[in-house]
Amino acid sequence: MVDRPDYRTWRDVPPMPVCWYPSALGNPTGGWRTYRPVIHMDKCIHCAQCWQGCPDAAIHWVDDSPEVDYEQCKGCGICAHECPVDTIEMVLEVKE
Amino acid sequence: MADTKATPKAQKATTAPKDPTAPKAPKAPKRLPLPEQELMYSGHVGCLGCGACHAMRYTLKATGPRTILSIPACCWAVMPGVFPNTCFSIPHVNTAFEVTGASISGIRAALDAKGVKDVAVVGWAGDGGTADIGIQALSGMVERGTRAIYVMYDNEAYMNTGIQRSSSTPVGAWTTTTPVGATRDYKKAPKKNIVEIMVAHGIPYTATASVAWPKDLIEKVQKAMSVQGPSFLHIFAPCPTGWRHPPELTLEVARIATYSRVFPIFEVERGVYKVKQHKKEATVKEYLQMQGRFRHLTEEEIAAIQASVDQAWKVLLAKEKFTTEMARA
Amino acid sequence: MRKVITGNYTASYAAKLCRAEVVAAYPITPQTSIVEKLAEFVSSGEMKSQYIKVESEHSAMAACISAAQVGARTFTATSSHGLVLMHEMLHWAAGARLPIVMANVNRAIAPPWSVWADHTDSMSQRDTGWMQFYCESNQEVLDTIIMAYRVCEQPDVLLPAMVNMDAFILSHTSEVVNVPDIKEVDAFLPPFSPEWRLDIEHPKSFGSLAGPASFYMEWRYKIQHAMDVAAKRFKEESRAFERHFGRPWGGLIDCYRTADADAVMVAMGTMASTAKQAVDDMRDKGHRVGLVRIRAFRPFPTADLREALKGAKVVGVMDRSHTFGHEGPVFTEVKASLYNGAARPPMAGFTVGIGGRDVLDTTIAGLYGRLYDALDRGLGREVSWIDLKGDEEGVA
Repeated sequence: MVDRPDYRTWRDVPPMPVCWYPSALGNPTGGWRTYRPVIHMDKCIHCAQCWQGCPDAAIHWVDDSPEVDYEQCKGCGICAHECPVDTIEMVLEVKE
Repeated sequence: MADTKATPKAQKATTAPKDPTAPKAPKAPKRLPLPEQELMYSGHVGCLGCGACHAMRYTLKATGPRTILSIPACCWAVMPGVFPNTCFSIPHVNTAFEVTGASISGIRAALDAKGVKDVAVVGWAGDGGTADIGIQALSGMVERGTRAIYVMYDNEAYMNTGIQRSSSTPVGAWTTTTPVGATRDYKKAPKKNIVEIMVAHGIPYTATASVAWPKDLIEKVQKAMSVQGPSFLHIFAPCPTGWRHPPELTLEVARIATYSRVFPIFEVERGVYKVKQHKKEATVKEYLQMQGRFRHLTEEEIAAIQASVDQAWKVLLAKEKFTTEMARA
Repeated sequence: MRKVITGNYTASYAAKLCRAEVVAAYPITPQTSIVEKLAEFVSSGEMKSQYIKVESEHSAMAACISAAQVGARTFTATSSHGLVLMHEMLHWAAGARLPIVMANVNRAIAPPWSVWADHTDSMSQRDTGWMQFYCESNQEVLDTIIMAYRVCEQPDVLLPAMVNMDAFILSHTSEVVNVPDIKEVDAFLPPFSPEWRLDIEHPKSFGSLAGPASFYMEWRYKIQHAMDVAAKRFKEESRAFERHFGRPWGGLIDCYRTADADAVMVAMGTMASTAKQAVDDMRDKGHRVGLVRIRAFRPFPTADLREALKGAKVVGVMDRSHTFGHEGPVFTEVKASLYNGAARPPMAGFTVGIGGRDVLDTTIAGLYGRLYDALDRGLGREVSWIDLKGDEEGVA
């Protein structure tokens, strides 16, 4: 999924603690969610307030539209609150 | 026996960061209100709705990739994650708690020694690490004129260690070290005015900014980047966990803070104040009632806070008036 | 070129010759002339360095750390309370594996205030992961600073080093110093070019959080490993030093007339130099005595000490500091290094010269006398405070 160094022993690690991009993407914080944002695109006005307001940069802007990265979205609900046309619904996560 | 280096595969990752959210064309599409490139990305371990995350995300959009970031002990020391996780695609160094001012002086000196001039040096510290334990190093850095941007992101307490009071905690707030209890020991000492302290140093540029106003924040960071000397930005960053408000209201709380004049947006450039006036207004009570950390306050106590906010606003406007007049003369 | 200069100025010349790119320093007696001379070199243009006039020693070390993290060669100097104030950041520099070189003027710790020679300041930093050298001459200060950069900057060492000199005895005393030409130093010391640094082209995050299961312990082990490598390197590079400058750097210890000695004293700093005089005087009287001067206290020269002391019938260790609740730290460490060795002669610890109290050749001759007494009548008091006004009490 994400290319990360495979450290096993003291010989493998760099001399000091140092790491680099894109390692945090290998930490799927989507697992924290209780509610997930569902963007109903029919009412979306493409204002990008949801993209702007996400503290996790978990809403990507693709083809002039928002796309939620559910691997990383923590479900804080800011996008839903900020949406000026109320088209983002916070839905309770249910185990399948 | 020599240490083996990191595997060649890992080394390759550093040379050309493949940011999936970076646009192919350098220009941002018309619809986006802010620069598109992300330099802080997901996978960090910040709380749901963390205002400090907005602050970082917007600031890095302003500085761009030619930035070196120095972060002391604070929420942001831990938020990039446990080794080997990091959520930055710019060079970044962790430092001890009190040293941010000294650290950015060191980074700038090394860049100058190497003849590298086009890199922004940003110190990124919390309110505790700036107004309390870090104030000496900050003062030193400003006094000797280091060309760097010092950002204090203000969540109004030592949040990383579990919500203890700092000198930036506002009057009336509950924290774990200013608990309410029978003696009503909530924070009584006034919030330390760090921007005024910077003005007193004769700093070329200092400003308040808020996660509520990202465009303004970005403009201010970019202004700071053009300063041939020190600049200081005080960024208001609500903390749902410590302020006891629902995470989805972070930006709302920040907006009401400015509308109620609890956190005015202004800048001071070479001693001249410029205050941003917002059309919308709110009462201090509305602001306080959004947050659980103030719920113990009586009507009288709220009125007293309203009075002091009103007074501070008057003084700020007066400063704007006379400094502007003196500059024109 | 031969100059007659103080230990302090010697340190400034060394930093200049080593082309330190960033200097961050704060004044403290008796180090001040180091930073003043450096400011003079920078303002005259003869030293191309960024000089950060920091507002405390803690910030001095913090600035050096961040500058070194960008890949600059850094230098600082301090003494006494300044060193002790830096304590947190000394740990940081070693943990971050940054080859900062610092001149420390050994001075006593308050209260009461004292500006005079005492090793408590650097001894109290022996756990921080810094290499520590103790010099007996201004020449050694110069040579050790050059060697420190050469060894510390190697990719499998990457540790900071402090070069200690006694307050006033070296710092403010002029001696003849062979100051090499900068081209000679350039030929010996390449520019600092670390792989792991803050670099826009290759962005990295330094100093993450590390959990108990993942690598904190390994990183600490690597510091120890780097010390072991450094110990070997200093010896190896001494020959290279000799080729370039015409004199060997010397080893981790300096043995003076120990080959056939019955009573051997171990000491560091300028009192070891005085001890050499005492050795000569006693030898003239027919006593077979010798001296081991520890030059490198970290990495601790266990193997060298075992070898040097293997023939001794009695050993004394002089400490210019004392760990309260125990004994002199050099005594403890020398004693411990012999414990599992082949020879375990009786050993006595002498706490001397505290707060700059004079350590004369006659004082040291008296200590050798005590060692001979120990041989004849048994050890008696294991640890003694020398030249104390009033008799010692308590446990021997």
